[in-house]
Amino acid sequence: MANLQLVFPEIFLSLSIMFLLILGVFKKNSSKIIQNLSLVVLLVTAVITFNETIGINEVKLFNNSIVIDYLSSLMKIVTLLATFLVLIISSNYLRTFKIFKIEYPILILSSVLGMMIMINSNDLIVFYMGLELQSLALYVLATFNRDQIKSSEAGLKYFVLSALSSGLLLYGCSLIYGFTGSTNFNIIANQLNSDEYAITFGIVFILVGLAFKISAVPFHMWAPDVYEGSPTSVTLFFTMVPKIAALTVFIRFLYVPFLNLIDQWQMILIFLSIASMLFGAVAAIGQTNLKRLVAYSSIGHVGYALAGVATGTNDGMQSSVIYIIIYILMNLGLFSCLLMMKRENQYYEKIEDLSGLSKNHPMLALSLMIVLFSLAGIPPLAGFFAKFYVFKSVIEQSMYFLAIVGLLSTVIAAFYYLRLIKIMYFDKEKEKYDTDHGFWLKFSLTFSTLLILVYFIFPSQLIEVVSRINII
Amino acid sequence: MNFPILSSLILLPTVGAFFLFFTRSEKQNNFTVKYVALFTSFVNFLLSIYLWILFDQTTSAFQFVEERIWIEDFINYKVGVDGISILFILLTTFITPLCILSVNNSIKERLSEFLIAVLIMESFMIGVFCSLDLVIFYLFFEAGLIPMFLIIGIWGGARRVYSAFKFFLYTLLGSVLMLVAIITIYWLTGTTDVIELYNLGIETKYQNLLWLAFFSSFAVKTPMWPVHTWLPDAHVEAPTAGSVLLAAILLKMAGYGFIRFSLGLFPVASEVFTPLIYTLSVIAIIFTSFIALMQEDMKKLIAYSSVAHMGYVTLGIFTIQQQGIEGSIIQMISHGLVSAALFLCVGVVYDRMHSRLINTYGGIVSIIPKYSVLFMLFTLAALGLPGTSGFVGEFLILMGAFKDNFLVAVIASIGVIIGAAYMLWLYKRVIFGKLINTDLKRMIDLNRSESIILTSLAIPTLFFGFYPDPLISTIEVSISDLIETYNFRLASKI
Repeated sequence: MANLQLVFPEIFLSLSIMFLLILGVFKKNSSKIIQNLSLVVLLVTAVITFNETIGINEVKLFNNSIVIDYLSSLMKIVTLLATFLVLIISSNYLRTFKIFKIEYPILILSSVLGMMIMINSNDLIVFYMGLELQSLALYVLATFNRDQIKSSEAGLKYFVLSALSSGLLLYGCSLIYGFTGSTNFNIIANQLNSDEYAITFGIVFILVGLAFKISAVPFHMWAPDVYEGSPTSVTLFFTMVPKIAALTVFIRFLYVPFLNLIDQWQMILIFLSIASMLFGAVAAIGQTNLKRLVAYSSIGHVGYALAGVATGTNDGMQSSVIYIIIYILMNLGLFSCLLMMKRENQYYEKIEDLSGLSKNHPMLALSLMIVLFSLAGIPPLAGFFAKFYVFKSVIEQSMYFLAIVGLLSTVIAAFYYLRLIKIMYFDKEKEKYDTDHGFWLKFSLTFSTLLILVYFIFPSQLIEVVSRINII
Repeated sequence: MNFPILSSLILLPTVGAFFLFFTRSEKQNNFTVKYVALFTSFVNFLLSIYLWILFDQTTSAFQFVEERIWIEDFINYKVGVDGISILFILLTTFITPLCILSVNNSIKERLSEFLIAVLIMESFMIGVFCSLDLVIFYLFFEAGLIPMFLIIGIWGGARRVYSAFKFFLYTLLGSVLMLVAIITIYWLTGTTDVIELYNLGIETKYQNLLWLAFFSSFAVKTPMWPVHTWLPDAHVEAPTAGSVLLAAILLKMAGYGFIRFSLGLFPVASEVFTPLIYTLSVIAIIFTSFIALMQEDMKKLIAYSSVAHMGYVTLGIFTIQQQGIEGSIIQMISHGLVSAALFLCVGVVYDRMHSRLINTYGGIVSIIPKYSVLFMLFTLAALGLPGTSGFVGEFLILMGAFKDNFLVAVIASIGVIIGAAYMLWLYKRVIFGKLINTDLKRMIDLNRSESIILTSLAIPTLFFGFYPDPLISTIEVSISDLIETYNFRLASKI
């Protein structure tokens, strides 16, 4: 039973969620307390994860159904910290819309718990359980601004489509179970028989489900609508946090049981990656709503992250992890700017609203410009290195087609990032926005911008952290 | 030699830019802002002169090499100069203070931001010319897009948005293939260190594709026909100082890249593709010269003449003759000085009359005589009159070309005549003739800062025209060594 301390982060988090729920029910007007306590819970969980599990080589628990290793510990910490930042900068937004309620932080914590279980999973059933816990909380979050039709529409759309994809995923799981006799990743790996086409079918169905969760083309249709309709703080959460867990599952699912079937799944991943990169780049050009644009841009970025996974090598997988970490950082900067575009209790999210930002708010515009250039992948900003590592591992495997298409789509994508910069810097100014942002919003913008800017001075650090991942 | 002189050259302008960034206030004190920038870039110029004095001309090895681990087991930050790169660094540090000095009239708003962009640009350009690692080179090469995009887009003319986008996307599109090639080289050889790659060589069967990937980037930057169309747009819409930076320094990155990487790393492929380069160069020389002849807009005319001049440069580089490559480098330096001066000349009359059209002017020789004299000097230098630096470069290139390919050399020589035609015709229409537009009478002659800028560009133009030895002796050994290794590697097929 001594091993229970390895799942102490999850235990602590679930107990805290229950406690906070009870506290919220019995104490009136406790939303502020709960918000602050949730932040503390997130930090404490991150610290526990760091202390208890970061040095663990690889331990499997509960009949080998969950696995604690460096990959899971690192991704859990990234998830927790990203959630912390999301939660801390969204409180002003929620207050403005009068949806600063106790349910909000609790739902976010529950979905984080689901993600942690997903990240830990070494078994199809556990994985599915985590996924559903995560998704159910996210459906409610999408509709959180329930008085707005768009928000309700977003939640409903997300729910219906996501349930469909979960069904496909579950069907894939059952196929694999049927033909290997187990749901455990390691046993599946031993029972693999590449002559069984049904297993390939199973992989395809599961990949479809996962691609949906990570919003890769052609399973992306929900993303723009849901991102646009949800409250901005929830969109921020959507674009950052679930992607970490989904990517981890992608990696573990493909690398642990099915690495030997790489011929079967590599083409699928290459297709997903190329389609996402190209579609994300092209479709974003026509957008006029910033949140929709971010949705397409995130589809494109998922394509790059998947390109690393598609290599089937340790290097490639690590480059994907680096990519997603840097991507989270850039998105944090982007949304901090979005959350600052507020005037008289109204948030602005049209592209034209950026017009002339550089005259009225030079520092905000400068930060946003740095973030955008970084998202476009222009050196020497962090976004360039993210792409650079991915393409380095892609080219190692001689996948030149993927590399060239990927890099060409960065040129297409550069167009719409440049357009935003053009609107900020070259166009006439409009009315000023409020400047009384909270400390944390300013902090997260400065923090992410500075990290993006100076990343090139210390590129080795992040590589060192990630290079300890070893699951093959 | 412990003092990291090259890193200081790279960092100093950025430090100046930081200083400007933190001292800018609501009511901008343009005077101090400008002098801080000027001071920084001037100190940098002195530092590069010091570098030139310390530079050992008798060896072709890289000097002042600094190396630091940057990404463990992968990339080292490595800089160094040889005879080829040092002149470009000097050109960069020489042009930048003049650029800053010239912003008096043309940049009305957001001056400190403009100067920050110019200084950061200087850092990146020096970085391009002295980096000895392919990835570091790429980093600087691409990073230069950001400040230039902003310079064109914020301070440019009427169609600035279109031009800025065209500039950015064209050059980015060219460069991404180079990135693929760089990573491929890393996986083929296990290193991106240029010196090590010179020793290792790259297998023949990969060279052609890699060469093409590098070519796609350099051809856009040079710019070579038919991907030159971004240049006239960018030039016309950029503010004067931006055009100067573009013409004088940015275009040189590609010529430098051709010598350093295409010849140095892929000799076999360079031999294969020499006919392609010759064809494109000759088309650039003849075709764009004719286009230049027909231009109504002075800046556009000079922009097209830049394309033609860079045609000579690429032609000279791929002759693989001592004279040809020396001529190319001198032509690039000379073009850096002369085209900068010509854009500044256009800027001078534009600031007064707010028109770049040739037919606005005419007969201004008696109104602004000092200007007319200097403008004439640079016109003659642009067409390659003996006694100006333009002649030395063109002559050496043609000499190298005659040794290698008679036909190409003859056609290129015809280009010299057309070049003379459009430059002289431009001068005639702007300066001489009848004074029809009476507004011109109110024009005032060069003020002090304009005189300083144009004179300081005229002095090296004339000096190196009569006495090019300081330039040639700097590059001589490096180039003969480059050609020797090139021929050796070509013979042994690596």
